[in-house]
Amino acid sequence: MLQYFLRRLMLMAVSLFGVSIAIFLLLRIAPGNIADILFDSAGMVDPAEKQEMIKQLGLDLPLWAQYVHWVSGIFHGDFGYSYVSEKPVLEEVLPRIPITARLAGLALLFAVCTGVPFGVISAVRQNSWIDYLLRVFSLVALSMPAFWLGLLILMAFVNWLGILPIYDQSPPTWAAALLMYLVPAMTVGSRSSALIMRLTRSSMLETLRQDYVRTARSKGLSELAVTFVHALRNAVLPVITTIGIETAFLFGGLVVTETVFNIPGVARFLVEAIRWRDYPMVQNLVMFIAVIVVTVNLIVDMAYGFVDPRIRLRS
Amino acid sequence: MMPSRLIMTVACLLGLSAAAFAQKQGGTLHVTHRDNPPSASIWEEATISTDMPFMSVFNNLVVFDPASPADRLDRVVGELATSWAWSDNDTTLTFNLRHGVTWHDGKPFTSADVKCTWDTVTGVTPGKLRKNPRKTWWFNIKDVVTDGDDKVVFHLKDPQPSIMAMFAGGFSPVYPCHVPANEMRTHPIGTGPFMFDSFKQNESIRLVRNPHYWKPGQPYLDAIEFTIIPSRSTMMLATATGKFDLTFSGDLTPDLTKELQTQAPQMQCVMQPTGTQENLLVNREKPPFDNALIRKAMGLAIDRRAFTEILSRGVYQIGGVNMPPPEGLWGWSKEFMETVPGYSADVEKSRDEARAIMKSLGYGPDNPLKVTVSTRNIPDYRDPAVIFIDHLKTIYIQGELDPLDTSVWYARLARKDFTVAINLQGTGIDDPDVQLFENYMCGSERNYTSYCNADLEKLFHQQSQMKDIDARRKLVWEIDKKLQEDGARPMIYHAKAGTCWWPRVHGLETATNSIYNHWRFDTVWLDQ
Repeated sequence: MLQYFLRRLMLMAVSLFGVSIAIFLLLRIAPGNIADILFDSAGMVDPAEKQEMIKQLGLDLPLWAQYVHWVSGIFHGDFGYSYVSEKPVLEEVLPRIPITARLAGLALLFAVCTGVPFGVISAVRQNSWIDYLLRVFSLVALSMPAFWLGLLILMAFVNWLGILPIYDQSPPTWAAALLMYLVPAMTVGSRSSALIMRLTRSSMLETLRQDYVRTARSKGLSELAVTFVHALRNAVLPVITTIGIETAFLFGGLVVTETVFNIPGVARFLVEAIRWRDYPMVQNLVMFIAVIVVTVNLIVDMAYGFVDPRIRLRS
Repeated sequence: MMPSRLIMTVACLLGLSAAAFAQKQGGTLHVTHRDNPPSASIWEEATISTDMPFMSVFNNLVVFDPASPADRLDRVVGELATSWAWSDNDTTLTFNLRHGVTWHDGKPFTSADVKCTWDTVTGVTPGKLRKNPRKTWWFNIKDVVTDGDDKVVFHLKDPQPSIMAMFAGGFSPVYPCHVPANEMRTHPIGTGPFMFDSFKQNESIRLVRNPHYWKPGQPYLDAIEFTIIPSRSTMMLATATGKFDLTFSGDLTPDLTKELQTQAPQMQCVMQPTGTQENLLVNREKPPFDNALIRKAMGLAIDRRAFTEILSRGVYQIGGVNMPPPEGLWGWSKEFMETVPGYSADVEKSRDEARAIMKSLGYGPDNPLKVTVSTRNIPDYRDPAVIFIDHLKTIYIQGELDPLDTSVWYARLARKDFTVAINLQGTGIDDPDVQLFENYMCGSERNYTSYCNADLEKLFHQQSQMKDIDARRKLVWEIDKKLQEDGARPMIYHAKAGTCWWPRVHGLETATNSIYNHWRFDTVWLDQ
């Protein structure tokens, strides 16, 4: 198991190196740089001033030198300065991480807490009215774009409650704070919930038809024990994979939700940084998301071992 | 008689003092903001995104009278300058400066700060600013000289009465000499009614009351908070529910303004010209557009009314280079506009003429001229470009849209790497000098079409030196007409946009002819 873990760690390092190369090159391939965009925002281009800015920002250096400068900086804890705000990248990014973490955490909690039980119910009560209802709900949740659902929810809050649960730096009460995160979390979590529900359902249906489930039933075990102890434990493996993927998505892919609910999280910040070609900010943010993704993947792989002893034994 | 007069006087005084005491101190003004400003340095930016939130951190030498409904040259009042005087030959302008003003960091404001500011923007002290977008405004300044701490003298190359309008604009604050430019971009220091507190990227900007402001008792607000909300729908909902007191300056399209007033009928809204003009750029160095006849035909094909109807239900205005009346002070009258080629109400007649020109050059329905119409890939540019391509079809020109990423748009314009383009240009001040020298002077950076007419340029200087407003206006109309006839940069429309606030916001003075110059917020108070 330790060997497996170490091998995975090495793979993580290789993946992160690949990501660093990819994001560095992709950013440079995209048309324009920060100097173009800053001058664009001022509505003019003075070639001499622009050249001076390019020199100041080190964008005139060869690509390999820029890459080495960035990566060596990371190893020394120096993530560089944002071209736009002219503040250290860490100073800009750190306050946004807890915001996104809260939102992503709540969304994931909502998705798992609703998706798994509904999936089980749907499978156990296959072809009943509740199965049809849950399947319809899951299809609706999967089909609705997040920005549209978000706006509908905001409008509903305005019309019926006269309040707007968008981001507030200092919410007056803890209830307001919870509401502020819970509504967007449910909005974004509904899609993940539907996905998890459908996956749990199909996986459970397959498992419930296995011989060992029939054996468990014939032994006289209660239906609850058969479903949750014997069937769900075996059906949950693909669901864990999906939860891992969704976790990674929720950290970097909440642009629309963060925009609609005006949440100053990582994803919105990343998109804005890309718009400005703020290389240090984009590179470090993407690396941060990549670290989250590979770490979650590692945790998921490790979790397989704990959930399914066969994997543990094989490794 | 005497007693009644006395009673009236006392009543008036009481009324005035009651009004003076009516302002309530305290509260935070919550304002929406449309996007993340590129920086906090007003001198380095040319966008309302920086101007509106940070204008109240600073003071100018002079400002347009906030109480005047329009920003006019004859309605300029002192701010950091208490008085000013022109020399007999109108080439020396002396400002007497206010005593006892301090910067937000406690250092005293002196004439050296004024000299330093204009030496920087005119390029005498190079390299301080990262960008200097309004350098051309000050082309006429020969030098700036201090006379003690309280007096500063501007020597001009030629008389230019309208330079006062540029001094009075929101984009011309006085900067502190002792604060480096990079700090002004991130943590600006000024003498204004509000002090910089925080600027969280993509989140918010917060300013707090300057307790040492030189206007006694002002400002009334404790703080101003701008929340950056890129989503228009969220901004509309948040404003309608009363979460914000004021919308961002000129952020609402005519349709959105109407919608907001429907959702929140108590809100007060103004529809102001944004100072932006949609226009056509034709690269006169690229064949066949080096032929003036083709450029003329393209100008004649434009149905300006169709643009304003489609894009704004007729709210946008039609005019030449200068902002049209009634808001604009220098734009053509309706009668004069009818005499300008391409501006006649009879569009079909203009297009007949254009078709005849195109036929004479060998083009026709079976042999259209193919052209790429470049534009910036955002709605304010792209939508009119699509309409323009449709108009070109009527004169045997087949256009293909080339939407360009924002990051390459201005670089392409600067390199003259376009054939035909639809452009949007903006100016913060309703004055011909700003427009003419910046966009039409031979060799100017923003003269994207490289239009150069030495004779007309003499008239630019002539109008700039005129004191008589009516006579100047007549000359400006003729210059503007000539620019349109020459197809220098055919104007399509002047945009307008709305700004709304709740009735609890008092003391907000907006101008009819600019969205850029009235955001000092020192007279604003909240009734809550």
